Amino acid sequence: MIIAQQKPIQEIAEMVKDCRKVLVVGCAGCVTVCLSGGEKETEILASELRIMRQLQENPLETVTFVCTRQCDPEYIAMLDNLVEDVDAVISLACGVGVQYIAERYPSKWVLPAQNTNFIGGSIEHGVWEERCGMCGNCILHLTGGICPIIRCSKSILNGPCGGSQYGKCEVSKDTPCAWQLIYDRMQSLGKLDKLLELQPPKDWSTSRDGGPRKAVREDVIIG
Amino acid sequence: MKTESKLESILNKGEFAVTAEIGPPKHSSPEAIKHHAEMMRDYVDATNITDCQTAIVRMSSIAAGLHVMKNGIEPIIQMTCRDRNRIAMQSDLLGAYSLGVRNVLCLSGDHQKFGNHPTAKNVYDIDSMQLINMVRRMRDDKVFLCGEEIKQAEPRFFIGAVANPFADPFEFRVVRLEKKINAGAEFIQTQCIFDMERFERFMEMVRQRGLHERVHILAGVTPLKSWRAAKYMQTSVSGMIVPDEIVERLKKAEDPKKEGIEICIEQIKHIRNIPGVHGVHIMAIAWEEIVPEIVQRAGLYPRPKAE
Repeated sequence: MIIAQQKPIQEIAEMVKDCRKVLVVGCAGCVTVCLSGGEKETEILASELRIMRQLQENPLETVTFVCTRQCDPEYIAMLDNLVEDVDAVISLACGVGVQYIAERYPSKWVLPAQNTNFIGGSIEHGVWEERCGMCGNCILHLTGGICPIIRCSKSILNGPCGGSQYGKCEVSKDTPCAWQLIYDRMQSLGKLDKLLELQPPKDWSTSRDGGPRKAVREDVIIG
Repeated sequence: MKTESKLESILNKGEFAVTAEIGPPKHSSPEAIKHHAEMMRDYVDATNITDCQTAIVRMSSIAAGLHVMKNGIEPIIQMTCRDRNRIAMQSDLLGAYSLGVRNVLCLSGDHQKFGNHPTAKNVYDIDSMQLINMVRRMRDDKVFLCGEEIKQAEPRFFIGAVANPFADPFEFRVVRLEKKINAGAEFIQTQCIFDMERFERFMEMVRQRGLHERVHILAGVTPLKSWRAAKYMQTSVSGMIVPDEIVERLKKAEDPKKEGIEICIEQIKHIRNIPGVHGVHIMAIAWEEIVPEIVQRAGLYPRPKAE
């Protein structure tokens, strides 16, 4: 899932300092699962903003709504009536949701309440970790199921580099070296010889480097 | 001889090579580089010119290499994968060769987190292994990385790479060295050695695989100025092992700098007798002035003449 974390409240408050009424929109997708933009967080954010403005004797009116998903136009259409009289819309979705709302309401000021961090999963309650670099050309079959594109701080394909020590990456003693993990895994699979093969330079054109990407499934396109 | 490199000719003759390191300045004056080059000229066979080491902005390796060359030393330009993509790297390789540079050392590069621009975006389009192979194919197959032919004047570099016997997993370090040799590396400079016992175990595995016959290994040494410098390397530099006894020896010394030089000379003398080591690479970090004394006292002066 997409992992996002809320921006500091002061930063969000600053974005809406000239507003009298705002619509705060949560998302029931990934950001609900990672506890940053679901129903609960939406209500808390709206309350926090109201309290801050109350203390400044400059009250702010808030309306809240949680979309099933902000990355599908049909769910955003449900905001049509709610956006009419607000000065701005604050989205607690990932960056996709913010843009979908902005696209639908060209005359509205749409603001992000979140920083969209990465694609990952939870490793314990309250802790999430990145797992996929979305490079568009998966190589996990070559690396024992561990992604060096995103888990190695240098995206090395022929690791580990000389900064790997005691199982940790040179950037931090808290970061496991992805190539140590790959080495251990390949060893336990009896496939260490695979690591002697030179992995050629990667084709990054399927990654961000190729420009905005599009996925098309012609068999499910209607009409 | 695959190239016009003086270092290649010295190593091929079976001479014990001496290389050192010159760190380019954090400004645009070449004076310090010229000074260091003049001073070291007769004492080393070539000098590495670091490429924004520890991710701190410095004069470019190629430009500084040219100043070194004008002052009579053959440069080994360093090229990291951190700051440039394959387009910029190949362009710089053509440019460096056109200026007379004949040696290149290929490495991943320290992560930008350590430098003076920790908020920078890194590149890592290709890794050090792929860089080595790219330089080799530009020379031997006369092709760019994309496969397109280099129609004339292909860059013919003597290709260097690094090895760190002190990084983990230890037993994979020699395998990775073999991988670098297969990719095209012809000389290797190691991380600074302080843990001699571990280096000897590394060399033993190198010999078991016969790698010392396929590549020239130059053992890295660094003279330390103080016990604090030793302690810093021991605790804060990833991929380094500094035994406590070295820290203690510097701590107890009346003149720590002198002791640091002594330790370095002892290390070089020891390394010379390890089978399979073809030279020494002296990394006197911010202490370039000391290189001539170390070379002389280690019995490596005068230097042989290249053919």
